[in-house]
Amino acid sequence: MNSTNRTVVVTGIGATTPLGGDSASTWEALLAGRSGVTPLEQEWAADLPVRIAAQIAVEPTEVLPRPLARKLDRSAQFALIAAREAWADAGFSGKAGDEPAVDPDRLGTVVASGIGGVTTLLGQYDVLREQGFRKVSPHTVPMLMPNSPSANVSIEFNARAGTHTPVSACASGAEAIGYAIEMIRTGRADVVVAGGTEAAVHPLPIAAFANMMAMSKNNDDPQGASRPYDVARDGFVMGEGSGIVVLESAEHAAKRGARVYCEAIGQGISADAHHIAQPEPTGRGISGALTNLLDNSDLKPAEIAHINAHATSTPLGDVGELRALRAVFGDDIDHMAVSATKSMTGHLLGGAGGVETVATVLALHNRIAPPTINVDNLDPEVDANIVRGEARPLPEGTIVALNDSFGFGGLNVVLAFRKS
Amino acid sequence: MAHTKEEIVAGLAEIVNEIAGIPVEDVQVDKSFTDDLDVDSLSMVEVVVAAEERFDVKIPDDDVKNLKTVGDATDYILKHQS
Repeated sequence: MNSTNRTVVVTGIGATTPLGGDSASTWEALLAGRSGVTPLEQEWAADLPVRIAAQIAVEPTEVLPRPLARKLDRSAQFALIAAREAWADAGFSGKAGDEPAVDPDRLGTVVASGIGGVTTLLGQYDVLREQGFRKVSPHTVPMLMPNSPSANVSIEFNARAGTHTPVSACASGAEAIGYAIEMIRTGRADVVVAGGTEAAVHPLPIAAFANMMAMSKNNDDPQGASRPYDVARDGFVMGEGSGIVVLESAEHAAKRGARVYCEAIGQGISADAHHIAQPEPTGRGISGALTNLLDNSDLKPAEIAHINAHATSTPLGDVGELRALRAVFGDDIDHMAVSATKSMTGHLLGGAGGVETVATVLALHNRIAPPTINVDNLDPEVDANIVRGEARPLPEGTIVALNDSFGFGGLNVVLAFRKS
Repeated sequence: MAHTKEEIVAGLAEIVNEIAGIPVEDVQVDKSFTDDLDVDSLSMVEVVVAAEERFDVKIPDDDVKNLKTVGDATDYILKHQS
């Protein structure tokens, strides 16, 4: 067979999110239309302009043993929990090698975050100032480095084909999964554990994002604050957590009789080359990523039944994405059920692509699109088939779903999955 | 006030338990930090800093490499405590 164009499938999923400590509880909450946004009760939040966030449902220290947890940044804790679930869900146990179905040299990890170990960095800076240099943890560097989650997942499963960390702000998780698909497609690996994680609920990132006027200040209504496509949307709500998938060559999955959720068709990529933090106003960048996807796969727009949109609940971004989708897909977009799950999870930044890929895979697998909540008054500029209020069944037969992720810095990533 | 050998071993056991999760009763003088107690070189720095504070002793970085076992550390602290 052509080793540079192998078919890739999804065989495992895992997540820990503001909606639940695993992918099943997260999915149940998504279908039920439940918000994970809560008030920030921490003392440090009292004076901030933003006092809400989608905080993790199950604290990682309740899941991981303390000696392990204290050597991991919160972002790596999330990633390890989600990766362990995905690994077991794929039917593996123990490390590759001990687990005979996976050759360590053919197993990779690609786990990304947008910001890295920011709570470790800032926490240890507090230690330095308040207690002196001797008290700064010797684990600080391995905890704060952005590749720490990917490296820890690699160590956990004995993955020796490579451990990678693409960084592209809020597109990081999606870029990681796209990178992993290519690793398998081009023959570098047979199995890759991939996804995104983020843990940035800390006063400094919140103050910084708030000062960019990017965040919702709807502190009085936490559950209604993340409202993509609604006329009253006023910015994103920060979320935290991780979503991880196990990707595998179709051949490898078939040989071991693995349960296959769907095919990972591939990715479309582009860069805005416009502004470091503002969306490109014409949608040229997003259209470029969609066109790139169509040019580099056998995918036809008529197959696409569902889109997990980037839709972060910002005034410009939400409608810009939809304009680009219509520009590329034409009237076919009217048949696509568009969901903005950030209305429930908040925006997990670099974790978003991971968690939303898990949601996209489950939408295909169960043939149902999760709702977008809080769309009380649809923005008249929204010209697409938004799944509002309640989950909506997806058609039988072969269907495709997309997951959009766009990051500060201008990277646009569209991932495509197909269920037969 | 100087600590007795027993106090130092018990104190090190509590520190190793906190850092590596090893039960205190398993932290004995003949145990190697690296091989027996799951204390890697980074965690060893944490053990040293905690021991310095607890026993009011200075353990320079150059001396840390000689502290292979709980007994080595205990003897060092006994000798150098103020």
